[in-house]
Amino acid sequence: MNAAVHAPKEPPTKVAVRSLDFYYGADRSLKNVSLPLHANKVTAFIGPSGCGKSTLLRVLNRMYDLYPGQRAEGEVLLDGENILDPAIDLNALRSRVGMIFQKPTPFPMSIYENIAFGIRLYEKLSRADLDERVETALRGAALWDEVKDKLQTSGLGLSGGQQQRLCIARSVAVQPEVILFDEPCSALDPISTAKVEELIDELTNRYTIAIVTHNMQQAVRVSDYTAFMYLGELVEFGETDDVFNKPKEKRTLDYITGRFG
Amino acid sequence: MSLYATRRSANSIATTLCWVAAIFGLAWLFVILIALLYEGLRGLSPAVFTEMTPPPGSAGGLLNAIAGSLIMTLIGVAVGTPLGMLAGTYMAEYGRHSKLTMIVRFINDILLSAPSIVVGLFVYTMLVHPMGHFSAISGAVALALLVVPVVVRTTEDMLLLVPGSMREAASALGAPRAHVVGKVAYRAAKAGLITGVLLAVARVSGETAPLLFTALNNQFWSTDLSAPMASLPVVIFQFALSPYKDWQQLAWTGALLITVAVLALSIAARMLSAGRRKSK
Repeated sequence: MNAAVHAPKEPPTKVAVRSLDFYYGADRSLKNVSLPLHANKVTAFIGPSGCGKSTLLRVLNRMYDLYPGQRAEGEVLLDGENILDPAIDLNALRSRVGMIFQKPTPFPMSIYENIAFGIRLYEKLSRADLDERVETALRGAALWDEVKDKLQTSGLGLSGGQQQRLCIARSVAVQPEVILFDEPCSALDPISTAKVEELIDELTNRYTIAIVTHNMQQAVRVSDYTAFMYLGELVEFGETDDVFNKPKEKRTLDYITGRFG
Repeated sequence: MSLYATRRSANSIATTLCWVAAIFGLAWLFVILIALLYEGLRGLSPAVFTEMTPPPGSAGGLLNAIAGSLIMTLIGVAVGTPLGMLAGTYMAEYGRHSKLTMIVRFINDILLSAPSIVVGLFVYTMLVHPMGHFSAISGAVALALLVVPVVVRTTEDMLLLVPGSMREAASALGAPRAHVVGKVAYRAAKAGLITGVLLAVARVSGETAPLLFTALNNQFWSTDLSAPMASLPVVIFQFALSPYKDWQQLAWTGALLITVAVLALSIAARMLSAGRRKSK
């Protein structure tokens, strides 16, 4: 495969990160990062711990804004609109850019309410419509068959893998455009991991996806594009096959072959 | 002696000391409970709940004192709980890193351990003296002042126990801050928050000192908030110190009632927090 041949057919860019710097207080943890997230594709962020890949992910929905002393400089364009603009409506942004966390985070309420929570934030639906949306979301996360008879029981009673799929369903129910996965499988067993990976694969039909992972096999399995980061810099970005099979940078090669990290 | 044997004997000595200390503490509690039951049950009759506090030498009950305690505690908790919850919510959710939170937490800790008689005297100077007479409402205010620090503390502590990832997850769905706090964090901390309020009720329902200087006492039935009002602790105080046998008997019975009520509240609070741990 030759990247140049594919270049003209490159899918449209959903999110464009341009010259992004990020600071935790005085510490600069992202340095001049620029990369695209292509629409309806999966982009994996890989790199050793502390390289800034989770930080980058948390810029994409401005999650860092919850904490004082953290700030981003540069541009992140979502459909051409700069989401770093202080005037942007953060809640509306986050309803467009969903996020799945490392550990499953079901709310202390029923399975049904977990899903309905996000829907109710932005839409006023009749009971029947809401029921339907909850079902669609749970089906979308391949969880419906397992929970359809116990929708009113607590979401905390599910297994870890089911909880993570519940969180995915909850995120999907809000009908976002982009979904960010922050090491979604690191707390899951291999079977649950396989289910979540399958799900990510299906979700690309409708969503643009970014995933942070420590597991390089996972990056190869689920992603179309890979960004390798090191010490806050973007070292290499390209199609996953290219990054893993013929990396341009020596540091990338060293990392993916396990020589450091 | 080998190191291992030394550790073993040190362990058994420490364990024995723990047991002795625990039994010593519990024994007094049981002695108090038994004495209360023994003395209090003798005077327990329907009249206690249906008749007013009597003059010495005649028959009577504690109805006005029970009602007064309920009224003032209820108002105190109703006023103190929202204040305490809002302050605790600010400290845990909005101003977690702010200087104001640190200052409020420090002052709240002082209030928490302030002798209740000081609160009574404070309300006396601020309310009773300007009004010119004792009143139930100033009693309720004094109790509210005691409720606030307890509720502030438990609200903050319980909300801080809610994992940050839960808030992040709710925010990530596009939920505004108020929703994140009200619908997710409160829900996650619900059992703890209720426990805090129950403990505050238990704390103030036995308070005597703040009521002595504010609501004083009233021998008759009264629901007038601007008039003096009887309460169980103050009646117990007055009756127990009196030379009259029948008054002393009523004091014992009143003490039993309060103790049982506080015990029930504490057990309820315990059960709630135990249930919360199990559901996790």
